[in-house]
Amino acid sequence: MITVERLTKYYGKIRGLDEVSFRVAPAQLTVVIGPSGGGKSTLLRCLNGLEDFDEGRVRIGSFEVDVRPGQGQSGLTRLREEVGLVFQSFNLFPHLTAQANVQLAPRVVKGMAAAESAALARDLLDKVGLGERLDAYPHQLSGGQQQRAAIARALAMAPRVMLYDEPTSALDSALVGELIRIMRQLADDGMTQMVVTHDLALARELADQVLVMIDGQVIETGTPAEIFAAPREARTREFLGRYLA
Amino acid sequence: MRRLRTIPGWFILLLLLAGDCRRAGAQELSPRRDLAWGGDAEGGAPYLLPDPESPRRIIGFEVDLMEALARQLGRRQVFVQNQWDGLIPGLLRGNYDLAVNGLEITADRRQRIAFSIPYYACGEQLSVRQDEPGLRSLTDLRGHTVGTLKFSLAQRMLEEQGAMEIRAYENQNNAYDDLAIGRLDAVLMDWPIAIYYSRPNPALKFAGEPIGYLEYGIGLRPDDPALLREVNDGLRQMMRNGELRRIYEQWGIWNEETAQLFKRQLEGASTESLAGARPLPTPPVSWRDRLTRLGRYLSPMLRQGVPMTLLISILGMSLAMGVGLVIALVNLYGRRPFAFLARLYVEVFRGTPLLIQLYLIFYGLPNVGIRLSPLAAAVIGLGLNYAAYEAENYRAGILAIPHGQLEAALSLGLTRYQALRHVIVPQALRLVIPPVTNDFIALFKDSSIVSVITMVELTKVYGQLAATYYDYIGAGLVAALLYLLMGLPFVRLARWAERRYRIVGARNPAA
Repeated sequence: MITVERLTKYYGKIRGLDEVSFRVAPAQLTVVIGPSGGGKSTLLRCLNGLEDFDEGRVRIGSFEVDVRPGQGQSGLTRLREEVGLVFQSFNLFPHLTAQANVQLAPRVVKGMAAAESAALARDLLDKVGLGERLDAYPHQLSGGQQQRAAIARALAMAPRVMLYDEPTSALDSALVGELIRIMRQLADDGMTQMVVTHDLALARELADQVLVMIDGQVIETGTPAEIFAAPREARTREFLGRYLA
Repeated sequence: MRRLRTIPGWFILLLLLAGDCRRAGAQELSPRRDLAWGGDAEGGAPYLLPDPESPRRIIGFEVDLMEALARQLGRRQVFVQNQWDGLIPGLLRGNYDLAVNGLEITADRRQRIAFSIPYYACGEQLSVRQDEPGLRSLTDLRGHTVGTLKFSLAQRMLEEQGAMEIRAYENQNNAYDDLAIGRLDAVLMDWPIAIYYSRPNPALKFAGEPIGYLEYGIGLRPDDPALLREVNDGLRQMMRNGELRRIYEQWGIWNEETAQLFKRQLEGASTESLAGARPLPTPPVSWRDRLTRLGRYLSPMLRQGVPMTLLISILGMSLAMGVGLVIALVNLYGRRPFAFLARLYVEVFRGTPLLIQLYLIFYGLPNVGIRLSPLAAAVIGLGLNYAAYEAENYRAGILAIPHGQLEAALSLGLTRYQALRHVIVPQALRLVIPPVTNDFIALFKDSSIVSVITMVELTKVYGQLAATYYDYIGAGLVAALLYLLMGLPFVRLARWAERRYRIVGARNPAA
């Protein structure tokens, strides 16, 4: 579903992403772990076209991401309809209710009628457990509720891929369970998902595939069992040792 | 002439502080045999004007008249500059002893001051465009737009005739220019003014003979009978020895009316003007009287002034908010040359005086074929000026929206334009409600400046009332109160909108 080949991005002379390559199968849930500043979030943003890159290829489904100048916005818009992104700080639109947040993109981008988009928004918010808070503004929602509204907002465009940037960082541990439940349910429905996180427990519990990313490189790929029980790379062992201690 | 007839604040302050200076001033001047006379050097030809050769010198037939009169009386003439529509208050306050600047002798002026015997007589001259076939008299003017000078006898004649649209100008040049380009159908002004400003203009012609009859007199305080006798004797002497006629002939304004006037005066039918002057009316004493008097101002202000001020302000601000938003967006997101032009717009309109912008729009644009009505020019002038300020408000508001909002919108597949339209701008607009309200109140008050392009709004009505009743304080307080009351509902509305559309936690909690 996602194919990334030798993806490279420079910040000046520094390689923010250094020949990153991996594949994600349909309906698979991939977790990217690694220390801060290792390029995890940059990778995610490249998959969504929010960040351009210098070399390599990115394919989402049958869609080739092309961020060269002159490609125009229409290509990016099509890509973004395929890929939903849940931000670390959610970035809900504060001037709109939860329902209006979810309705906006289908209405504006797809030209969906108001009644239809409203019904869609209610369904999705119900699905993430916010069926009772349709008319609440973001500031009236708790952190966990805001995140779930953001997930519903991304789902409204019916993407085939969902990306999550540090989804547990703003949640207390009691709420992580609810997040995991939603992500599992999406996986069951066939959604391809990719999560960037510090949270090793989340990776162990949820991942079909784990990528370890350090210094802009994917240094190791495997199942959670392989990575956590028998890491091959010394740098992986060092990283896990620091975080699991 | 009569440019910028707004009443400066210091004038009111002086009125309050200098109540006693009047007698002191008069006593100080007389013993030195100085003849202090007030006029407005902006008045224009042929009365009083700066010498084109050396602008600090004042010339005009009235300068020659006063020099000759002073010589006649063995005194020294001293010119005191005073705005034309404040000539009578200045005289009564004792800033000078004589008011000499084309003051028509009228019944209501005689209530306040004494007049010398008339020194000049003429009629009002109607001017029209060269190609105008029909208009020749006052009755022909029915249904037409006619220009004249503010507070002049001609204005009163037109008002009495009625059934026409009258535009009162500060400046005779502007009136004749507007006639030439078709904004006016006719202009009625004192004959000497027409001689100097209408006849040399090839686009214009005189329509018919002068209309009506008016006499200019020298204004004096009613409590100065000795000076009045002295001045009258001097004037008669100059009529007799031909000196006055020589001055008028030099300036090209000798006419039949004045010849008749001299004849009557010298035949001894000397009506002492002092008899006509009454003592100053005592100012209202009781609070009830004062309130009644203030109440008199309310009706014209509410009928004429307030609706026009509201109309200009609301239309002007709507234009400013619309244009300002476009300028802000182009500045922030436009391609390079357009963004540069947007910034240039802001700097130019913010960095030059509104007054000059209004003059350029109203009197300048006709040169390139754009003729705007006074209302359109007022709204466009205020709107374009305030658009520069609103653009900066919006720019600040847009920049204050966290970048994550734009990214979130883009990640959902919205185009940049859609993101601005549905996510960024709606939040920015809510954010800038307080500064925009502030500017609206400022625009409200700045709207008073459009009286310079013949708009009759609240400040203009105030000026007319103040000049009619010589009550700058009372009328000023009523007008100021009306501005305050007009602004308050908008402030309340803005407060409500601020609460209603408040965005709490525009920044989401970041980990």
